[in-house]
Amino acid sequence: MPKRTDLKHILVIGSGPIVIGQACEFDYSGTQACRVLREEGIRVSLVNSNPATIMTDPEFADATYIEPITAEFVEKVIAQERPDAILATLGGQTALNTAIALHERGVLEKYNVELIGADIDAIQRGEDRQIFKDLVRGIGSEVPRSAVCKSMDEVRKTVADLGLPVVIRPSFTMGGLGSGMAYTAEELERLAAIGLEESPVTEVLIEESVLGWKEYELELMRDRNDNVVVICSIENIDPMGVHTGDSVTVAPAMTLTDREYQHMRDVGIQVIREVGVDTGGCNIQFAIHPDTGRMVVIEMNPRVSRSSALASKATGFPIAKIAAKLAIGYTLDEITNDITGETPASFEPSLDYVVVKAPRFAFEKFPGADPTLTTTMKSVGEAMSIGRNFVEALGKALRSLETKSVGFWTQPDPEGSTLESTLKQLERGHDGRLYTVERALRLGASIEDVYNASKIDPWFIEQIAWLGTLRQELLDAPVLDEPLLRKAKRAGLSDRQIAALRSELAGEDGVRTLRHRLGVRPVYKTVDTCAAEFKSETPYHYSAYELDPNAETEVAEQREKPKVLILGSGPNRIGQGIEFDYSCVHAAMALRAAGYETVMVNCNPETVSTDYDTSDRLYFEPLTFEDVLEVVHSEQRSGTVAGVIVQLGGQTPLGLAQRLADAGVPIVGTTPEAIHLAEDRGQFGKVLNQAGLPAPKFGTATSFDEAKEIADEIGYPVLVRPSYVLGGRGMEIVYDEESLSGYIARATEVTPEHPVLVDRFLDDAIEIDVDALCDGDEVFIGGVMEHIEEAGIHSGDSSCALPPITLGASDIENVRRSTEAIARGIGVKGLLNVQYALKDDVLYVLEANPRASRTVPFVSKATAVSMAKAASRVMLGATIAELRVEGLLPATGDGARLPEHAPVAVKEAVMQFHRFRTPEGHGVDSLLGPEMKSTGEVMGIDSSFGKAFAKSQTASYGSLPTSGKVFVSFANRDKRAMIFPVKRLADLGFQVLATTGTAEVLKRNGIPCTEVRKHFEGEGNVVDMIMAGEIDMIFNTPYGNSGPRIDGYEIRTAAVAKDIPCVTTIQGAAAAVHGIEALIQGDIGVQPLQALQATLRGDA
Amino acid sequence: MTNAALVLEDGRVFRGEAYGATGVSLGEVVFSTAMTGYQETLTDPSYHRQIVVQTAPQIGNTGWNDEDDESSKIWVAGYVVRDPARTPSNWRSRRGLDEELADQGVVGIAGLDTRTLTRHIREQGAMRAGVFSGSDLTDDASMVEQVKASAQMVGANLAVDVTTDKPYVVDAIGEKKFTVAALDLGIKSNTPRMMAARGIEVHVLPLTSSFEDILKVSPDGLFLSNGPGDPATQDHAIALTKEALGRKLPLFGICFGNQILGRAVGRGTYKMRYGHRGINIPVIDVTTGKVAITSQNHGFALEGTPGEEFSSEFGRAVLSHYCPNDGTVEGVRLLDAPAFSVQYHPEAAAGPHDAAPLFDEFVTLMNEAR
Repeated sequence: MPKRTDLKHILVIGSGPIVIGQACEFDYSGTQACRVLREEGIRVSLVNSNPATIMTDPEFADATYIEPITAEFVEKVIAQERPDAILATLGGQTALNTAIALHERGVLEKYNVELIGADIDAIQRGEDRQIFKDLVRGIGSEVPRSAVCKSMDEVRKTVADLGLPVVIRPSFTMGGLGSGMAYTAEELERLAAIGLEESPVTEVLIEESVLGWKEYELELMRDRNDNVVVICSIENIDPMGVHTGDSVTVAPAMTLTDREYQHMRDVGIQVIREVGVDTGGCNIQFAIHPDTGRMVVIEMNPRVSRSSALASKATGFPIAKIAAKLAIGYTLDEITNDITGETPASFEPSLDYVVVKAPRFAFEKFPGADPTLTTTMKSVGEAMSIGRNFVEALGKALRSLETKSVGFWTQPDPEGSTLESTLKQLERGHDGRLYTVERALRLGASIEDVYNASKIDPWFIEQIAWLGTLRQELLDAPVLDEPLLRKAKRAGLSDRQIAALRSELAGEDGVRTLRHRLGVRPVYKTVDTCAAEFKSETPYHYSAYELDPNAETEVAEQREKPKVLILGSGPNRIGQGIEFDYSCVHAAMALRAAGYETVMVNCNPETVSTDYDTSDRLYFEPLTFEDVLEVVHSEQRSGTVAGVIVQLGGQTPLGLAQRLADAGVPIVGTTPEAIHLAEDRGQFGKVLNQAGLPAPKFGTATSFDEAKEIADEIGYPVLVRPSYVLGGRGMEIVYDEESLSGYIARATEVTPEHPVLVDRFLDDAIEIDVDALCDGDEVFIGGVMEHIEEAGIHSGDSSCALPPITLGASDIENVRRSTEAIARGIGVKGLLNVQYALKDDVLYVLEANPRASRTVPFVSKATAVSMAKAASRVMLGATIAELRVEGLLPATGDGARLPEHAPVAVKEAVMQFHRFRTPEGHGVDSLLGPEMKSTGEVMGIDSSFGKAFAKSQTASYGSLPTSGKVFVSFANRDKRAMIFPVKRLADLGFQVLATTGTAEVLKRNGIPCTEVRKHFEGEGNVVDMIMAGEIDMIFNTPYGNSGPRIDGYEIRTAAVAKDIPCVTTIQGAAAAVHGIEALIQGDIGVQPLQALQATLRGDA
Repeated sequence: MTNAALVLEDGRVFRGEAYGATGVSLGEVVFSTAMTGYQETLTDPSYHRQIVVQTAPQIGNTGWNDEDDESSKIWVAGYVVRDPARTPSNWRSRRGLDEELADQGVVGIAGLDTRTLTRHIREQGAMRAGVFSGSDLTDDASMVEQVKASAQMVGANLAVDVTTDKPYVVDAIGEKKFTVAALDLGIKSNTPRMMAARGIEVHVLPLTSSFEDILKVSPDGLFLSNGPGDPATQDHAIALTKEALGRKLPLFGICFGNQILGRAVGRGTYKMRYGHRGINIPVIDVTTGKVAITSQNHGFALEGTPGEEFSSEFGRAVLSHYCPNDGTVEGVRLLDAPAFSVQYHPEAAAGPHDAAPLFDEFVTLMNEAR
């Protein structure tokens, strides 16, 4: 069946900001979809509020709307664009929920828009738990016994029947949000209440526990001729009870016989047919009882999911790309398998390797949060690895995570761990559980003991036990000879792990030297979808060690074009996410266009960078020194490496720069020495001195006494942090000696090699962020961003506006001059990000980072200049002047001086506090500070600040209220500044509620307000009112400077629980009022980025 | 650890360690891309005299159970895997795969780079080879000599080795609706099971049976099974097929049976370079355009182009199915007689069940013939 001819214009809905459970995998899928649809000659309109996505680059759609993904805004887009159809199955749960909302509001009918991929009925059959269960039973398969409950009474009745433990799953949430396992009656009360709250339809499913059962997933695809194929099977090492996003998973399934696998496949196919996913992908989860083999279907997603991205990278079968083609009418047999270039897509990939995915957590960012893994997803990112056997892939996955432990035996065991305590720990899922398995075995546990504690399949435990045997062999061997070294490398051990066992080799470098002398190097195999049955055209490689010294390496010779290696950013984490992948992808595009052969190295399966279409060659490898060095070697053997780019992927590649350079790898762009110059405070201070630029006073301390001395000299408050960090890790503002001493005690654990920096903290300063480009001489300012929150809130967490809304021309000129001086002083060749604080008309330099920053995509979108593309060219030797001629940079001017009518873009950060709870079940504090906590960001763009800010709030938290009750409670220092915004709210018709102190000030200023009780003042207090849904917005700036802020904490966590806007800074409050005014005026429209950027370029 | 070597007739030698039994085993080296179902693969009589390379690296994880054998024994001559399981894990597992291989005297080799080997076979074609270990592991030249002295697959009549000695009956499940005579050229256990589930009483007959022997069971249909070797050697089976076609006895063939039906209606067969062995192979039905993901194991195929209609001594026929990977003919259907066959395995085991409805088609043919 050929392509449908009635679809000429399709609206693609993206997934919005990166949040836990919904990350850049949907940029990967959406980008593929847009690319495919446009290749097919279809007009593509796109809605996505996330500026850090590749899909929202203007060249990927005909009309790109960086607008909130809400039914209201998407309706505006539909009214303006009038598409024939909507493709919502590639934008995660956000897109699917929006499609349902559009249907319910009658928008689809009104504008005669078809939902392609999955229609409303199919979405509901897949997503509504009761309908889905009935459907599975209808095809003769089993589901866990359960009941849907709409109230606590119903929950209690159901549990009386099923018995504890039970699983609680709210309907229509993603990433398992609000779900959990209740073992006791108290837990049930608490978790079910949370679940009912999280579900947009106040509905939870209470389910028989399948805790400890084996867990599997299938990725399926169906076309409109009813052909169905299974792309990949995935086995979770962590059994049922841990969300699949938080589990270590393996593809293909390792412990199923064909009989069981085929049964699962049959059921999967029946399910996709019954649910009625017409075309496209779906993901189905199964549980199998380990002793009886009883199989139950857990759930299905009638859309492309995080697992589909993983399956695509794991198999080489591009699910989203194929889904887009199927959606417009092609059938699987009509689509060519890109990888082989010959065979059709109507087949099931066969793997001759093993894939392991491991989650990356960020519990350190949420103090007090319960790190136990449950059915609510908590990980913020993941790494995938490919090996020729399970242990090889596992070793690569563990070191890809870039956690403190980089594989077994690389960190000392936790103090005081006994066999008993270790086995006890294994009972619940936790970060690093496989390390715990290894430790238990080493402490003498049998495979059976570990199985009984963890319910991890014995096959996996035995694999780890075998590594223990190998460890002993490595410890005992008189010399490390070639066969033993090969055996160890083939088992996935890194040089660092081996070095940890063989002290005579003097570390990783010694192991590598020996290894190279013995000729033990990896070969590079190819992900080809077909286990080598057919030739493959696509250079998608992974490393493997073989025992056979003559094993083939499959990297093709290529000597015509110079190669550039781009090192990616590894697993997403807070502080290092999709923004860096964006820059890497841009570099690949720009350098490919400039005639280079681009080679990407990365291990994050969610990303666009690890799409085999992005670069000329892809190495799916850990970003460690050892792995990168071997890739460089492989590429040098097969051609000429012009350079390696380390400054686009965030801290991960940057951290490797010096060692790579020392090893003779040609690093292009800013030199590692220059990078060091910027990061070493002493040296950077000299650069600033020479340029005559002021910086807050600071000092470097290695002990508490030193820190105290510095703090006494420069005066409190001080900002303390370890050197060399990203995302403000370990950064705090301390207001007195006591908290300083507490900090030093904790901080020394963070990075022992590096000292602690103590900076004067500038209260009430305006923070300014600048992204610039320097070719070694000329400087191009990409954009000047003014933070809405004061300095002290991490730049990644604060919202900002571009162009800067309150800065005068002289301020901006000052910023330009300073940035130029810094760029030249450091010796930047490429990107530079500088953070300033403007206080009392003095522009202080806070820090400079000679690398791509988190804001590069935002700046590029807001100014219509691709900073990362230009930077990659500069790194390879182009000058800014040349790029201006070429058109990659504007012919004149730069981002510091935007046209008068330039739209205003506002970036807002998105937080995930609602996912985390303390072990006692309380919320974690949502207060912002110098340590970054957000997972993603959105952009609002419009003609004025108020409108753009309103959009940014709608996109991140849901709309700001336009009427109702606002609760205000300000710290004393903010009381003067609050008067005007609060008065304005009252004038706009809001009812103002305030605590005593704030109320007094308001009343004295003639603002009517109602006094309410503080949390500790008894019943009917503000927290009760929030929980009762009586309050629509909260302005709450923290009282005092340190110490417990209990009331604020309770208020903020209640706000998080009820999902109402809670502004914690005075500047934020003023911006919110701006936004509310814009909403009340009601003239907020939508405009495609292409048109906005034309205004910027002056073409309009 | 005992050293072992896989020696190819073109002189290429892959070294590894002995797996299963030690000794020597000669045969044609072929690769299977199936990721599950090694027990079914090993016991499939179609692999008789073949050394099977598993492209999936981790083999033996689910051990060996008492239910999944496809015949009475392991038929593969030699077994080549990369990472065999040391301890199996599955609730149905009774023993380890290595143990079973050793017990049945199957010489295997593990630890070699199976991907380099597979790519070699893909480029050079399936060829004769030997697995050598223990005292049989000698110098390369003499091992290559032994390999070269072994029998070729072309011209090999192997079905006689694997067919049943005596006829046996597999009872229909539930009400008996039909009787089928199944000519055993290397039949897998799941085939009669699939028929029995459809109310068919299956009389499995030795390859040496005469047409009278077939008639004696009063069959509603004749079934031609899968099996090993070169179909060009099967004159007797082809003659029986022609008899059945002449009498319009409903006929269904699988794999080797497809080649026999093809030859009976005048098509040639040829040896493929490296064949189709896997459980992920797409087949398109020329009539409906629909795709089935199929289990396959064949090194020979029917000549012709997909969809081609031709006339035979039994009337018109069509090459009804093909594999879109390479255009190989995957089925033949007679238009003027109740007979059809496919090159793939609707009985699966191992493999997907997409093609199972072909057994229903056979039932339909038998119904119509009544």
